[in-house]
Amino acid sequence: MTTTTTGLRAVPAVGTAHTRVEGRDKVTGAARYAAEIPFTELAHGWLVLSTVTRGRISSVEDAPVLAMPGVLAVLHHGNAPRVDTDYVGMLGMPPDPTIAVFQHDRVPHAGWPVALVVAETSEQAREAAEALVVHYEEEAHDVTFAKEHPDAYSIPGPGGPAVTEKGDLEAELAASPVTVDAVYTTPEEHHNSMEPHAATALWDGGRLEVVDSNQGTIWVAAELASLFSLDPASVHVRSEHVGGGFGSKGVRAHQVAAVMAATVLSRPVRVVMTRRQMFSLAGYRSPTTQRVRLGADAEGRLRALEHSCLSLTSTVHEFIESGAGVARVMYDAPAHHTANRVVRLDVPSPTFMRAPGEAPGSFALESALDELAEKLGIDPIELRTRNEPAVGPVSGLPFSTRNLPACFEEGARRFGWADRDPRPGLRREGRWLIGTGTAAASFFVGAMPSTAAATAEADGTFTVRINAADIGTGARTALTLIAADALEVPTDRVRVRIGDSDFGPAMIAGGSMGTRSWAWAVTAAAGELRERLALSDTIPPEGITVRSDTTAAVGALAQKERHSFGAQFAEVAVDVSTGEVRVRRMLGVFAAGRIINPLTARGQFTGGMIWGISMALHEEAVRDRNTGALYGADLAGYHVASNADVPLVEADWVDDTDPDDPVGIKGIGEIGIVGAAAAIANAVWHATGVRHRDLPIRPDRVITAGPHV
Amino acid sequence: MKEFGYQRALDVSGALALLDADPDARFLGGGTNLVDLMKTGVERPGRLVDVRELPLDRIEPTEDGGLRIGATVTNSDLAAHPDVRRRYPALTQAVLAGASGQLRNMATVGGNLLQRTRCGYFADVTKPCNKRDPGSGCPAIEGEHHNHAILGASDHCVATHPSDLGVALTAFGAVVTYETADGPGELPLTDFYLPVGDTPHLETALPPGALITGVVLPPAPVAANSRYRKVRERASYAFAIGSIAAALDVRDGVVHEVRLAFGAVASRPWRAHAAEAALTGGPADAEAFAAAADAELAAARPLPHNGYKVTLMRNLVVAVLSELAEEAAR
Repeated sequence: MTTTTTGLRAVPAVGTAHTRVEGRDKVTGAARYAAEIPFTELAHGWLVLSTVTRGRISSVEDAPVLAMPGVLAVLHHGNAPRVDTDYVGMLGMPPDPTIAVFQHDRVPHAGWPVALVVAETSEQAREAAEALVVHYEEEAHDVTFAKEHPDAYSIPGPGGPAVTEKGDLEAELAASPVTVDAVYTTPEEHHNSMEPHAATALWDGGRLEVVDSNQGTIWVAAELASLFSLDPASVHVRSEHVGGGFGSKGVRAHQVAAVMAATVLSRPVRVVMTRRQMFSLAGYRSPTTQRVRLGADAEGRLRALEHSCLSLTSTVHEFIESGAGVARVMYDAPAHHTANRVVRLDVPSPTFMRAPGEAPGSFALESALDELAEKLGIDPIELRTRNEPAVGPVSGLPFSTRNLPACFEEGARRFGWADRDPRPGLRREGRWLIGTGTAAASFFVGAMPSTAAATAEADGTFTVRINAADIGTGARTALTLIAADALEVPTDRVRVRIGDSDFGPAMIAGGSMGTRSWAWAVTAAAGELRERLALSDTIPPEGITVRSDTTAAVGALAQKERHSFGAQFAEVAVDVSTGEVRVRRMLGVFAAGRIINPLTARGQFTGGMIWGISMALHEEAVRDRNTGALYGADLAGYHVASNADVPLVEADWVDDTDPDDPVGIKGIGEIGIVGAAAAIANAVWHATGVRHRDLPIRPDRVITAGPHV
Repeated sequence: MKEFGYQRALDVSGALALLDADPDARFLGGGTNLVDLMKTGVERPGRLVDVRELPLDRIEPTEDGGLRIGATVTNSDLAAHPDVRRRYPALTQAVLAGASGQLRNMATVGGNLLQRTRCGYFADVTKPCNKRDPGSGCPAIEGEHHNHAILGASDHCVATHPSDLGVALTAFGAVVTYETADGPGELPLTDFYLPVGDTPHLETALPPGALITGVVLPPAPVAANSRYRKVRERASYAFAIGSIAAALDVRDGVVHEVRLAFGAVASRPWRAHAAEAALTGGPADAEAFAAAADAELAAARPLPHNGYKVTLMRNLVVAVLSELAEEAAR
């Protein structure tokens, strides 16, 4: 028996900088990632992917491979266990059939999983997998994503309807003294988390155990239960440390293949994706082509806004990159049309990738705003200020908070925007032309129902259990601060356990909603525990546990436009004779709710902004038209910003506590990348006088872009 | 992956014997390219003969005032050597423009010259490639080739050589020395790489089983005023899309001597003889530099998506030679 020990803290932990609670474990190697956790009798599976882009598997020559050293099994469509795909998953979508491996002989894209070779060692499995001969009947494919495709159609996206229309667009455009009509493109982009996807599956006492790296154990557990027709309670998924996810770490082929092999062989089986396999199996961001038409009066007030976005998806799964959705939040006009369309091609299924919709959409819309500002002779920030909507442009709903002008004001002050000469092509330092640019950012914020348990232990410490996922964001640390404040105890008295499907339902790490959703449940459980402890002065040996479920509270949230906002600033240097573009400094100022841990929040923001540098200048997956497969699908061929590309990048925030959230949180996960590429592209125009509407702004594009100022 | 044997050679004759004893054996230098290719299945040696411990790790002056660079000298040691930095500054700059600090600590001079193209079709064993699988075809010509060759390529292969170091060595007239079971030999770097023709899989003129023992740099006073400039798609850790090694000696406003070599434009480091000839004895101004670049690039045969390299190389010639001329005039 111990006496109760809450109520000792006067200074809140939330809002003060804390290093990650698992930081020491991670940097010393003590933290074990999914593929590093040992199991006795572990076997290793290696996926075999199709080398053709469309067709049918005519035969799998598994006999020679089964005779190779250490090989235990070859699973393929002719012998693999059957799975059930007729269900709707946790995210409200049917499963991407790519995860239902080895169920039929069809090959719908290059890199489709056609077999799993299992062996005693990883090296044996790989050698056998590479030796496996698969015969195909090849069919003609179409992987060409162009500005228009006859088969394109509209579907609603994750964030809203396919099409919104109000007003007479053509009439308002015709009546506008100044117009912009431009097409912008963004390429296929891949998540490329540092840690590859990895899962180990085993049966233990009638229960399926999966040790994985994912963004939501309950998500993966529920889908595995559906696929294999299991009682959800008999599937246990753990994911303690995750080396990045960015939207790609849900249910993927490797977990399903591992479960199949563990079932067939009755021993633990691990399947790890290679970097190259991730380019086919982990999802990616669709390329987009976007047309933006703007019409404004002489003072810069928008009369017409049209934003249409075409993306692609696979022939087996419908996923749309809703680039046009950003206009529904950012700017109003008497005529306001947005449309998201998609075309099905013989390519892998795209998926959520950091700031889906907003990242490519903001590049087009915020570039177009800059072009409009240029034509009007109005400062780009002033133009945006004049077009601040009072309510949601499409919904008519009030904003929970909208502190975008404050972001621009603070950002402009710190960046030195007031001294900017708006004319392009005037500043030269040696071989470099210098320019600055800005863009606005927004990202949807929300909360999803979650459950949590808070326990007062007999030794005077506290344990919080919540099925959260820390995919590198610092969520575990943020929840520790939140729990400590709710309990009114120092943070070192609180341990937060996450990443275990047995902890009960909770939001996944996704949609910038994780920390907010989890914090709500943690605050509720910890707050009630503190109240209960205040009434009793002893703790029994088994401790006192309080559980929370935020379903009702979250469901009672009033309908509002709920978004984080931000202002991005960039300074670039361009050598037009060699085409090199270098970002010299960036500043992002965000209104993104109450900031829990400034240290990890800053990392989250700047990480997104750096990804914006990559998006603007580097990232591009190149699909070869003839073979239908990716060219250079590795980190040598697919460039992300190197350290030398990342100069002074600063992020800060303005006060923006969300009045409808018990902790005041909005969500900061994804907004850092939004608008970053547009700010850089606008700065490249300011440096050179040439608009770059196709990403990435490669040297060859700069060289061939025509006359510079 | 395929199992392979590993042996460390302690002297040159031992290395040659080990290689000779196993037709499936390959020399291993720093391994920064070969091991990657083994992981992707492009290379499948049965045995690696590690030559990194051979006594070929010295940089020494030659009798005539040049430098002899041992084959196992690491890129890092080469770049840092005082004589290289002072007398061949473009060589140091070229090495430091490549890879990363960690890779440069491993990579060797001999291995650098023998590294393979980074063409994405070559690196992907599921794709045809005449260099990897003779006769299978070259998908780059009709496919992705925005970083492929504009000079000296053929209908069979348009891959580029990725070396930075090799470009500077080529500008300075380096000679490769090697050893075989039948005795030593040497090849000027300009003859070291074979023309592409219809045999892109045959890359060098080295005799079978030969071991590169070093590179000899002839004396080149012009090299003291030299520069390497590399253009790539990010600021670091990427292969060039165009690079140039240039050295210039201007006397009384007239080009006394000039050295020019291009990288990332051909299957080998490209010595720009035509440009050098056009410049020598003429004025050292931007107009002459541009005309010389045009003389060299007249032979360019760009593909639909790499024509920008012609402009890029022309601009690089003018920019780098102008810088060298200005600095020499100060």
